[in-house]
Amino acid sequence: MGDQTIQLIHDVKRASKDNEPLEIVGRRTKEFLGRATSGTILDISQHTGIINYEPAELILMVRAGTPLSEIRDTLAGAHQCLLFDPPHYGVGGTIGGIVAAGLAGPCRPYTGAVRDFVLGLSCINGAGEHLHFGGQVMKNVAGYDVSRLMVGAMGTLGPILDISFKVMPMPELNETILYEVSEAAAISKITELSRKPWPFSGACYLDGQLRIRLSGGSESVLAAARALGGEHAQDDATFWQQLRDQTLPFFRQEGTLWRINVRPNTTHMQIAGAFLIDWGGAQRWLRSEEPDDVIRDVVARVGGHASRFRGGDREGDVFHPLSKPLQVLHRKIKETFDPLYLFNRGRMYAEI
Amino acid sequence: MLNSDLIAGLSACVPSDSIIADLEALRPYECDGLTAYRQLPVAVVLPKNVEEIRAVMQFCLQSDVPIVPRGAGTSLSGGAQPEKDGIVLSLARLNQILEVDVENRLARVQPGVRNLAVSQRVAEFGLYYAPDPSSQIACTIGGNVAENAGGIHCLKYGLTVHNVLSIDVVLATGEDITLTVDAPGYDLLALMHGSEGLLGIVTEITVRLLAEPPSARTVLAAFDNVSLASDAVAGLISSGVIPAGLEMMDKLAIDATNQFADCGYPNDASAILICELDGNHEEVLQQVKLVTQMFTKNGATDLHIAESEDERLKIWSGRKNAFPAVGRLSPDYYCIDGTIPRKNLGDVLKQIYRLSEEYGLAVANVFHAGDGNLHPLILYDASNVDEFHRTEVLGGQILELCIDAGGTITGEHGVGVEKLDQMCIQFSEAEIAQFRLLKQAFDPKEILNPGKAIPTLTRCSELNGLHVHAGAIPFPDIERF
Repeated sequence: MGDQTIQLIHDVKRASKDNEPLEIVGRRTKEFLGRATSGTILDISQHTGIINYEPAELILMVRAGTPLSEIRDTLAGAHQCLLFDPPHYGVGGTIGGIVAAGLAGPCRPYTGAVRDFVLGLSCINGAGEHLHFGGQVMKNVAGYDVSRLMVGAMGTLGPILDISFKVMPMPELNETILYEVSEAAAISKITELSRKPWPFSGACYLDGQLRIRLSGGSESVLAAARALGGEHAQDDATFWQQLRDQTLPFFRQEGTLWRINVRPNTTHMQIAGAFLIDWGGAQRWLRSEEPDDVIRDVVARVGGHASRFRGGDREGDVFHPLSKPLQVLHRKIKETFDPLYLFNRGRMYAEI
Repeated sequence: MLNSDLIAGLSACVPSDSIIADLEALRPYECDGLTAYRQLPVAVVLPKNVEEIRAVMQFCLQSDVPIVPRGAGTSLSGGAQPEKDGIVLSLARLNQILEVDVENRLARVQPGVRNLAVSQRVAEFGLYYAPDPSSQIACTIGGNVAENAGGIHCLKYGLTVHNVLSIDVVLATGEDITLTVDAPGYDLLALMHGSEGLLGIVTEITVRLLAEPPSARTVLAAFDNVSLASDAVAGLISSGVIPAGLEMMDKLAIDATNQFADCGYPNDASAILICELDGNHEEVLQQVKLVTQMFTKNGATDLHIAESEDERLKIWSGRKNAFPAVGRLSPDYYCIDGTIPRKNLGDVLKQIYRLSEEYGLAVANVFHAGDGNLHPLILYDASNVDEFHRTEVLGGQILELCIDAGGTITGEHGVGVEKLDQMCIQFSEAEIAQFRLLKQAFDPKEILNPGKAIPTLTRCSELNGLHVHAGAIPFPDIERF
């Protein structure tokens, strides 16, 4: 437990010398995500601990193996939080895993994505060198933004060792209002409401109900709730947590689960299956048994992209395929960090 | 390649009225907002569409001609400084707003569209584009992406990278890519932000629009010294309030601004804070109360809450005119851009004043205190060679102070040509090597804005060998490559 930097660098150097592929793991709570990979296990889960937390500076620096729950509890002690509200997929899930997968909760369109709160990080490259990018200040444009590049790279650019976040005050109050409407009416309602500066932190449509969460200062939230009308939802905290963690009944049913990103007001995606609208329309969860190509064609036609989130063939394309020039560029970028293709080979795309 | 051959080659890519090659017309392009360094290019090319950009890039790639991309030329770090044997690729003619999608709150614009023009265009829908660098009247969205521009409101609303949804890029190979937020794959959209024109030419940008907050109030607070004002900044942020903007000015800047603009800042103050709060009415009232309590607790000698929109704009007019106002105090000024943890603001400002005395150069401070982003303005006379040299050394020392205080050498202006040496201090050789490899992945022949933003490893190893922490390196006039 604690600082495993020296051991992890040693393990990468040995793998580099032996040209031995590595599979980077934490607590394996997101093993379902991405393509299948294999290799000697590089276990980050023992590299734990909060290195620096200064509530007054709004900064938190942690080791990648630190469990999300520990971070959440520590921040809550100072009435602060990670505003991207990362999903907890299982007990012990690590912060490094969330950053590597780039996963944010239902508040993403309103408060920001994982990368929007990463101020800096350190990682190990394929030569076993320990590199630091970004820092612990709010604005930083020195050098290329490698910290943000590592977010969502699924470990294919190397293991992340520690991360500095911008943390934010916890909202004073959360309220949920509910409207019973059709899907088309829900999309037009949320589109229309979003043109005004309401303190939204979530907007989801499921089973005939549009739920809108309001977060912020108590006066502001109560005033908005009064003005917006609708019905007050009783189960709000539980609902949003289950949406974030994908434990709602919708996510537990049969069928491949797809994550689809489109312009918020998109309608007319004719795909057989069940939809859940999240992110105020910008993200759609789809359970469907339609072939991959059919789904991706429909989504591409409305200018979006579709990735398989759970289920289906993990040897094929899981994430939305890249254009040819982007494929080439991804390979070249991969090689700048990991010329031997040691890290999480094929986890994101077959070619990297 | 002969200049005449270069111009003939460009003529095959774009119409002749899109090429500038005579000396008089080239003059305006010899520098950007960092006027201390100048260089004429062979030619300036002003393409009118993406096809022309692609043709110019393919020609330059085949002929090994360096390309320096340029928006409005407002960079403060020399990011658009021309190369002697190269061309300037001006995006100024790609200045159309292509689409305003009110329902999805986004605008699709060409790179030469001015920052402020976006907000002006969408104001009728109650929307605006949040990043507001002080040059927003002139600077372009393309340039904002290249520099990851910030501004007064980025404390609450983020930098350019947080407000861009998608970009189209022509790579140095002449190929096109589209990068979209939340898309699978590497986050190249984030990587392109702040890459200072070294990785590709951005040809189209989709920006996120926000709904105008219904209420905004501004609080002006005076303090007897910068340390008290600095403590008030740290205290306010830690109280949980995130203001829309939180700016500080010191004595020299206050006096210069009061003489220049009718903004009514308290004459006897040694430091002022300008704090803006926005949101809905209830929220703003709640926050104004908290902010005034916090400032009083931290020793504010005078507190003023703008009662009308006119008064609010008057307070901001001083801040927005502060740079030109300081500019009247001396023939030239040199603007520094380090960012530090807010808790160190007081200490670092004190050390800047000590260095200012030591070097015999006045320094005025006008800056984004809420972000910890300092903008010391060193006053000097460019015609005095010794004074300019002292200014460069003092600027370098202030940046090193920022690194020592746990900060960075640039918060929003970019590295450009002026902070290459400090990059060698902030980053290890392995990290610089990683940056250089990334550059090669995008641009193997290094034709895009060569020599900017990322130093060579040779420069760093020589500099680290020579580096003397307390002062100038020996033999400063020997060129270092």
